Amino acid sequence: MSLERSDVEKIAHLARLAVSENELDNVASDLSNILDLVEQMNAVNTDGVTPMAHPLHMSQRLRDDAVTEDNQRDHFQGVAPATENGLYLVPKVIE
Amino acid sequence: MQEKSISELAAGLRAGEFSSAELTRFYLDRISQHDEKLNSYITVTEEAALAAAESADARLKSGDADLLTGIPVANKDIFCTNGVKSSCGSRMLDNFIAPYDAGVISRLKGAGAVLLGKTNMDEFAMGSSNETSYYGPVRNPWDTELVPGGSSGGSAAAVAAGLCVAATGTDTGGSIRQPAALCGITGLKPTYGRVSRFGMIAFASSLDQGGPMTRSAEDAAIMLQSMAGFDERDSTSAQEAVPNYLADIDADLKGLKIGLPKEYFDEGLSPEVAASIQEAIDFYRQQGAEIIDISLPNSALSVPVYYVVAPAECSSNLARFDGVRFGHRCDDPKDLEDLYKRSRGEGFGAEVKRRILIGTYALSAGYYDAYYLKAQQIRHLISDDFAKAFEQVDVIMGPTAPTTAFGLGEKADDPVSMYLSDIYTIAVNLAGLPGMSVPVRPADGKPVGLQIIGNYFQEAKLLNVAHRLQQETEWHKARPATFA
Amino acid sequence: MQWETVIGLEIHAQLATQSKIFSGASTAFGAEPNTQACSVDLGLPGVLPVLNKGAVKMAVKFAHAIGAELSQRSIFARKNYFYPDLPKGYQISQYELPIVGEGQVDISLENGDSKTIGVTRAHLEEDAGKSLHEDFHGMTGIDLNRAGTPLLEIVSEPDMRSAKEAVAYARKIHQIVQYLGICDGNMQEGSFRCDANVSVRLKGEEKFGTRAELKNINSFRFLERAINFEVERQIDVIESGGEVVQETRLYDADKDETRSMRTKEEANDYRYFPDPDLLPVEFDQPFIDAVIADMPELPGDRCDRFEQEYGLKRADAEAVTASRAVADYFEEAAKIAGDGKLTANWVTVEVAGALNKDGLDIAESPVNAEMLGGMLVRIVDNTISGKIAKQVFEAMWQGEGDADAIIEKRGLKQITDTGAIEKVVDEVLAANPDQVANYRSAEEKKRGKMLGFFVGQVMKASQGKANPKQVNELLVKKLAE
Repeated sequence: MSLERSDVEKIAHLARLAVSENELDNVASDLSNILDLVEQMNAVNTDGVTPMAHPLHMSQRLRDDAVTEDNQRDHFQGVAPATENGLYLVPKVIE
Repeated sequence: MQEKSISELAAGLRAGEFSSAELTRFYLDRISQHDEKLNSYITVTEEAALAAAESADARLKSGDADLLTGIPVANKDIFCTNGVKSSCGSRMLDNFIAPYDAGVISRLKGAGAVLLGKTNMDEFAMGSSNETSYYGPVRNPWDTELVPGGSSGGSAAAVAAGLCVAATGTDTGGSIRQPAALCGITGLKPTYGRVSRFGMIAFASSLDQGGPMTRSAEDAAIMLQSMAGFDERDSTSAQEAVPNYLADIDADLKGLKIGLPKEYFDEGLSPEVAASIQEAIDFYRQQGAEIIDISLPNSALSVPVYYVVAPAECSSNLARFDGVRFGHRCDDPKDLEDLYKRSRGEGFGAEVKRRILIGTYALSAGYYDAYYLKAQQIRHLISDDFAKAFEQVDVIMGPTAPTTAFGLGEKADDPVSMYLSDIYTIAVNLAGLPGMSVPVRPADGKPVGLQIIGNYFQEAKLLNVAHRLQQETEWHKARPATFA
Repeated sequence: MQWETVIGLEIHAQLATQSKIFSGASTAFGAEPNTQACSVDLGLPGVLPVLNKGAVKMAVKFAHAIGAELSQRSIFARKNYFYPDLPKGYQISQYELPIVGEGQVDISLENGDSKTIGVTRAHLEEDAGKSLHEDFHGMTGIDLNRAGTPLLEIVSEPDMRSAKEAVAYARKIHQIVQYLGICDGNMQEGSFRCDANVSVRLKGEEKFGTRAELKNINSFRFLERAINFEVERQIDVIESGGEVVQETRLYDADKDETRSMRTKEEANDYRYFPDPDLLPVEFDQPFIDAVIADMPELPGDRCDRFEQEYGLKRADAEAVTASRAVADYFEEAAKIAGDGKLTANWVTVEVAGALNKDGLDIAESPVNAEMLGGMLVRIVDNTISGKIAKQVFEAMWQGEGDADAIIEKRGLKQITDTGAIEKVVDEVLAANPDQVANYRSAEEKKRGKMLGFFVGQVMKASQGKANPKQVNELLVKKLAE
């Protein structure tokens, strides 16, 4: 499987990753090599095999509906790049 | 002093031979003396460590102490530590002072361990050589031109060089076992769910598992005793009771059934490593164990499956690093998209980006079935291979890594060849089983690790098997001369 | 040409849990920004979700209420996209294997018929935060208090054929979730949100037309108007030779129109996959049985019961069961009063009128169910007449105390002493000899109306306090003499 520059651009956009023009070819070739490795999977017949998402056969434990968290806004916003009046700031969102 | 085991140190602390403050000072001095050569620590928390040592001394006096009380340990920088930079080896989190403690950190603090600092690692635990760290590569204490393995390379190097008594690591595809093997120490990846993932910065959620990296199986047992256990903040945390890992650590191995998968001794395995592994297996045979040839037919597929599953999960797990609430934010974003793309583009290194891109691709419309779903199906087959094997044997043995430590930069430009260095460890993560690496006879002066794989929640058995070897042989006591 | 409208609704009901779906932060509305966003809601590195049992129970109740199949095993999935109000870069939702499978609800149409609307599925997911667009030096502010609030997304089949049907269905779901106590139903605060998938096709056509998804609708009235506007718009597009585009459109209540949302991304590719931090949700029968045993009575069942137990007419029973709060109010008052019909009448006329006049909700009524019941008892036991009761009710509404206190204070107690009433009757008859003569000479069938005059006079003379029934009987008797 060989990826084109345009494929990389599309994936990079979905992943919101800046990949510069001059990196594109290298990234495309690295990713293509990885996909070649991955495609060894095609040799295996998996008809009727249940996909395994979790290593353990456990089911979800449920938490009681109770408020256990206090307001820690100042503490958490201590590591935030930009805040004002308790809000996180981002460049203007256009709806 | 740096040769003493945890139980020896615990005894010394109780006998008043030295205080935790003195012991901590000793290790802090070693770090400042030696770490320049290794780069194994990202952050050393000297003040906090000395304060913790004082509390530990008080606790020891009061008689209410744990085996780990007052023992200086180091934590992989993937574990969030309240008030301490928790960078995960990434520029993205270079400015991130964690506002809370990971489950593992809380437990170690609760036991009274002295936390020396945070160890270097491959960025977001993605790597097998510790060369992807934003903070520069870690060097192998046995030969500083070699890699220590990864991703828990800082912890492995620090333990091997005696820059801490023990350390924590995490293992998603071999990240505890492979560096343990390459640095000549003991590393244990517990059963998935045995150690809380809360506060452990996620790489691939269904594979990640924290565990101890130590100089002996006995030390690993003591560390795991503190680290393991149910955590209500982690939905995937197992509610299984934690046994006393020291109780049967010395049990006789007569009749133990050891499976040797033929796929782990194929042409990819270097002959020197094979010879050392064979010697260790002979030891077990002499101990009365029964050696059985087995097959794990889908082993070879574990690497391809892993490089779909792990990147897919990571592409989603790492989406939260967006420059909004914490972490790196680019200068003067011109709009929202620019904020995302540049913050992430600048904050992540090349390997992390590669995996995010592969994972994004594998989950995207039109490719999900061919990649992600297919990988999850083969994951099931791989897991079934182990289940069948464990109907027949008690433990599975083989090499941890196909070669000894390779040179810095040797594989850095070839992601695929780097990925193949985890060929023997990855399947264990896919199945969620516990696995261990213990040092055996070095090859050409370089450490070699024997991998021991157990059935679910059989950590005590693995520790027992490893401990018996370490009772009868000296391999685990070999130390790099430079750091004596 | 004859056009047919096809509508399906996606309703997001915020579940009335104390804490969030995956964290222990409070869900209370209206807190200071980001004071109810804990480390899990913020998506800090390393934190993990743990599912709220309360939210799961609520989904189980909803499944039972609409006769839907409950998935014995359901899976949470991640829906991946970047947006500042979505802290983790993905929303935890359900994709394959939602918790609630196919069900149905019946709606009443205007012509009195009923129609069954299919519910395709309902699934649990987390709500996003809010973007605040006031100006922060050209920046947008993000408040994540709402992030992680549990939602039940209820997806209907495209079974509705008019805006009115869509509203009737939405109201029905609204009534059910409120009855179940799983959603407060407050549309202004966004606790109950409707998105409408609207398309048109020629009558008789089997294939659906291209649909538009309408968002930002925060009342039933707007739902109706938005759909009607959109239907007109689509018909116009097609009739003028154009094609309807599949898109998301925002309803603008001020302009009463829908407009296209600039697509944030050329094509959304959400890359759903099972959330590896969460395990399959599996139920055992005892859990389900316990949840069902704990369920409140549903509106339809309650309506039937009120008809039988309190002897209400169907229309009255429906009126007092329209909302759970009114039904609870009615039932408490009726139990005290001991007369269901009388209570239903008061609840639907006097109470409803007074609430409407003051713009209050039943929960805010100055006359609570106990007070109303206490007053109705006095009608039933003849202490006061229905007419006097209106005075008493008005006084209670003004906060003058309970019925007995007002009756006592104002001396409104009905006169039931036959001697006393007879005295007044005699006085009235003596004072109106002409009318008495007219009555006596009138035909039997005209007398009824004429009697009213005497009753009125007697009531007036007694300041309304004479027992009307006794007055009637005495008058008939005396006039016949």
